Amino acid sequence: MRPVNAVITEIIRETPTIITLVTDIELDAAPGQFVMVWVRGLDEIPMALSHPGSITVQRVGEATEALSRLDVGDSIGIRGPFGNGFEVKGEGGGKGNREGEGGGDGNGEKKGNKIMIIAGGVGGAPLLPLAQQAQSLGLDVTTLIGARTADELLFEKHFSKCGALSIATDDGSKGHHGFITGAMDMFNLAGFDQFYICGPELMMKSVLDILQAAGLEAMAQLSLHRYFKCGIGVCGACTIDPSGLRVCRDGPVFSGDLLTTSELGKYHRDATGKKIMF
Amino acid sequence: MSSTDLSIQLTGLELENPTILAAGVLGTTGASLRRMAGEGAGAVVTKSIGSEPKEGHPNPTMFKLDSGFLNAMGLPNPSYRDFREELSIARKGGVPVIASVFGAHPDEFAEIIIGLEGASAYELNVSCPHASGYGTVVGTDPVLVEEITRAAKRTTDTPVWVKLTPNVTDIVEIGEAASRGGADAVVAINTVRGMAIDIHSGYPILGNLYGGLSGPAVRPVAVKCVYDLYKALDIPVIGVGGIGSWQDAVEMMMAGASAVQVGSAVYDNVNIFSEITSGLSAYLKANDHSLDDITGLAHRKVEQ
Repeated sequence: MRPVNAVITEIIRETPTIITLVTDIELDAAPGQFVMVWVRGLDEIPMALSHPGSITVQRVGEATEALSRLDVGDSIGIRGPFGNGFEVKGEGGGKGNREGEGGGDGNGEKKGNKIMIIAGGVGGAPLLPLAQQAQSLGLDVTTLIGARTADELLFEKHFSKCGALSIATDDGSKGHHGFITGAMDMFNLAGFDQFYICGPELMMKSVLDILQAAGLEAMAQLSLHRYFKCGIGVCGACTIDPSGLRVCRDGPVFSGDLLTTSELGKYHRDATGKKIMF
Repeated sequence: MSSTDLSIQLTGLELENPTILAAGVLGTTGASLRRMAGEGAGAVVTKSIGSEPKEGHPNPTMFKLDSGFLNAMGLPNPSYRDFREELSIARKGGVPVIASVFGAHPDEFAEIIIGLEGASAYELNVSCPHASGYGTVVGTDPVLVEEITRAAKRTTDTPVWVKLTPNVTDIVEIGEAASRGGADAVVAINTVRGMAIDIHSGYPILGNLYGGLSGPAVRPVAVKCVYDLYKALDIPVIGVGGIGSWQDAVEMMMAGASAVQVGSAVYDNVNIFSEITSGLSAYLKANDHSLDDITGLAHRKVEQ
């Protein structure tokens, strides 16, 4: 598809470094799918959808800097939605119950209903629509959000409307003082049926390590970030080792058991394809 | 399912089937190339590799049109020094791995070929339509194509394929130059130069402003080029351009292709290689044909 013209209708200042650009388009996207955002004449970058017509942007480079300088009435080009998105398991609770009655795993009627969302920094962007969908389906949602400092916590109010909320800040200005993995210690992880994770790569790796130690890695869904070129699964720039799976097409969401022996947390590749160690 | 033998000998390489992953598609890493081997490709071609790291053009670098794809990747690659490891991983896929190489002059091609020792063959990219100083700039000059091919052949004992651009008046002239230089095969075609403009803003969509067209739209162009090259040359022609089904592969072979490469069609399905081989196998069986029977069949029909 050619880029669709999206006119910015509202700019929401979420944190000192993160804004949400609301546009006049509405995409039929699953939570966790992404779009390629074209800043004309400059660059095109992958961005998660925080709402069917909104992207939530943190200034990290030239393109995001340009996005943060846009005004209401300006327009950007959008291709997408692309990628697989998160899978909401045990949808509506009813499905889980029926499976239980069918003599499935006999693990109780609550199977699939209790989920934990773990969001680090701007990683909360693709997780908010997931939390909202899960809540509307009647799932029991617990969200952990982490940031460097209280000002940088993203979507705190929105997430709190979807269920229980725990907070961790690196500087201790709010919630647990330390990394989000520390906040995980306060929960009986085995009591959750699915984990949804997005954030800085080393944070995701730490979270996955904890889940793996508890034997829960197959119940985790992690949204990865890699350098994208085509965004449609053809060029191969974003393939991960050792599976060769394409983050833009086979992902960006992968099951934790696929990632425990992967490059996650070890290295990624730059625009040339060269490995860059974390 | 089928006992039809699809294995071929191509420039001395043994391929289990005549479908090959085209250069520049899912060939950035060894793991990705291995995955495509696992999806049934008879051989795989790497991303084009140069002598120095190159980031490529700014995004957008590729998007889908109604009739195909426009791309201007800009030859991104980590240089042969950093690609060696990927090449050795790719070789564990169990199929021939062809290293695509690009350069500005004969010595540069030779340097990269030496640097990427261990490939099953080398495909000289003298046809990228949108990288300044490389590709088409080189590949439209028959004298340079002949010199580059000869330099490559002097450098290595492994087969050398030359990938041709359709963005010339007469592709046969370039094919003949490659053949004179000692090429073991020619590969036709690279993408057809193209451009798209965003009507909301007036900006060309590709970061490089223009690029190359691939996919179904270019298949008739490729079929004609392969037809002409087969007629003129004594070396094998490998057909590429818009092949997305076994029927497309059969057509390309009837035009004269000894094997086919598949690129953009991985968009719809990475399992495209197995799909084409099983369709091709069933077709040959039903018609009591061998691959040799269909390669160049259109020429024999015309001559009758």
